[in-house]
Amino acid sequence: MSLLEISGASLGFDERVLWSDLNLSVEPGEFIALIGANGSGKSMLLKTILGTQQLSGGSISFAGKPAGTQNHLIGYVPQHRTADAGLPLRVIDAVRFGLDGHKFGPTFAGRAAREKSLQALRRVDAEHLANEPVGKLSGGEMQRVRVAQAIMSEPKLILADEPLSALDLKHQQRVSELINEQRERLGSAVIFVTHDLNPIIDYVDRVIYLAQGRHSIGTTDEVMQSEVLSNLYGTEIDVVRNQGRIVVLGAHDHEHHEDEEWT
Amino acid sequence: MIDISDIFNFSNYDQLIPLVANSLWAGALLALIGGLVGVFVMHRELSFAVHGISELSFAGAAIFLLIGLDVVLGSVFGSLLAAAIIAFLGDKARDRNSIVAVLMPFGLGIGIMALSLYPGRAANKFGLLTGQIVAVDDPKLTTMVITAVIVVAALVVLWRPLTFASLDAEVAAARGVNTRLLGIGFVMLLGLAVAAAVQIVGALLVLALLVTPAAAALRLSSSQFWVPALSVMFALVSMLGGTLLALGGTLPISPYVTTISFLIYLVARLIQYSRAKVVRN
Repeated sequence: MSLLEISGASLGFDERVLWSDLNLSVEPGEFIALIGANGSGKSMLLKTILGTQQLSGGSISFAGKPAGTQNHLIGYVPQHRTADAGLPLRVIDAVRFGLDGHKFGPTFAGRAAREKSLQALRRVDAEHLANEPVGKLSGGEMQRVRVAQAIMSEPKLILADEPLSALDLKHQQRVSELINEQRERLGSAVIFVTHDLNPIIDYVDRVIYLAQGRHSIGTTDEVMQSEVLSNLYGTEIDVVRNQGRIVVLGAHDHEHHEDEEWT
Repeated sequence: MIDISDIFNFSNYDQLIPLVANSLWAGALLALIGGLVGVFVMHRELSFAVHGISELSFAGAAIFLLIGLDVVLGSVFGSLLAAAIIAFLGDKARDRNSIVAVLMPFGLGIGIMALSLYPGRAANKFGLLTGQIVAVDDPKLTTMVITAVIVVAALVVLWRPLTFASLDAEVAAARGVNTRLLGIGFVMLLGLAVAAAVQIVGALLVLALLVTPAAAALRLSSSQFWVPALSVMFALVSMLGGTLLALGGTLPISPYVTTISFLIYLVARLIQYSRAKVVRN
């Protein structure tokens, strides 16, 4: 039994089909990159795994149960947004939310929870931030804190929704590295949404590429080829490799026409 | 000429205090509600909504006064109606602001119309807008106690998921927090708090209790414990200080409360500024 089982899944709104007939089995410890144009339904795929978005067809099961019923086993790292400066919250308390933030009732300042939060912060090199207000953190710092928050419940699956956007190159690499370290430590699977494969290229086992309502799934070498992507986009795409890095040429010019093609 | 004894007058003070015992209790309860709710008003960016709700609360109270029903009930009715409209239609901050801006003058207009048609004493009319202290009778105090119990209990229960949702709504939703329902629930609580505040400080000055103390507290701390604690403390000082000062003069209570509240905010900013300077040096 795989950890995550997506079978025959499709999602569409009105006439517009985001993706269809998607089949994927994710095993524990697998690192999967989810790539695609803006509006191709990457975040929506994560939402269907979380059960907060219903599929149009097919089914998803996670940890042997229907999607949405085992979310305490999922760690979620969102896109970076600066926390509101008006939020009276210290980093250590924010990290603790990963454990019990969804529970009603007063918080008790338990030593065990505090120690666990500090340990999570230590794992992402952010222990020194423990008493800082979240509103004062930089982008890289905030993303590290979000990773710490996501690993609090020792998740079996880490869903990262563009965690690198708005970060500079150095922090992109550091945050990717941290997520990979936690995957290795916890043996959890990772689904990592990104625009750019390069910061995570050394960790990725498989790639899901979404474009134009179609998708391609396979190893990096299988998917990141001119021919495969040209087929997906239905136009000429060049995949260029240079010193272990991959650059996709042509895909971005095409993004602007997406909506026209779907109507 | 302005007679200073209209503003500050402490003759026969010892005889006046017992007369406002109810008001002092009501003020303390209101400070507790306002100080706590204010913290969430700040981090959910609802300051403007507070103002909008208070104008409709005023309208509700004025209409009920005109047709001979209970003013407190009218005020609660008006603010819960406004809160419901804002909560259900104004999910996004931008929608919310325009909805509040549309509701506010409408509420104020309706309220003024009702007051103009009301044949009774003028003091009753003004009280709804600018506050009154001597009018807290026992039933009104009871209403205040019930409101305080409801608001504080609900906040204690919702505190954690509300803060979680304010930090990262997506992450909270992924963990199973119903962020939309939570948001609606909070705005309804806010409606109750505003209705309570309108009774004492008046519709125009609700912000001085529901926003200013929390804003001042946020200048000084970011601790989950100290921000609400300081916020309630500041609200208490403004409310009780304002009531005691208003006792002697002939002015309504609100100028005193708002001035103290504003001064606390100024001092908090100054402290923050000097702290930042120390760090920089």
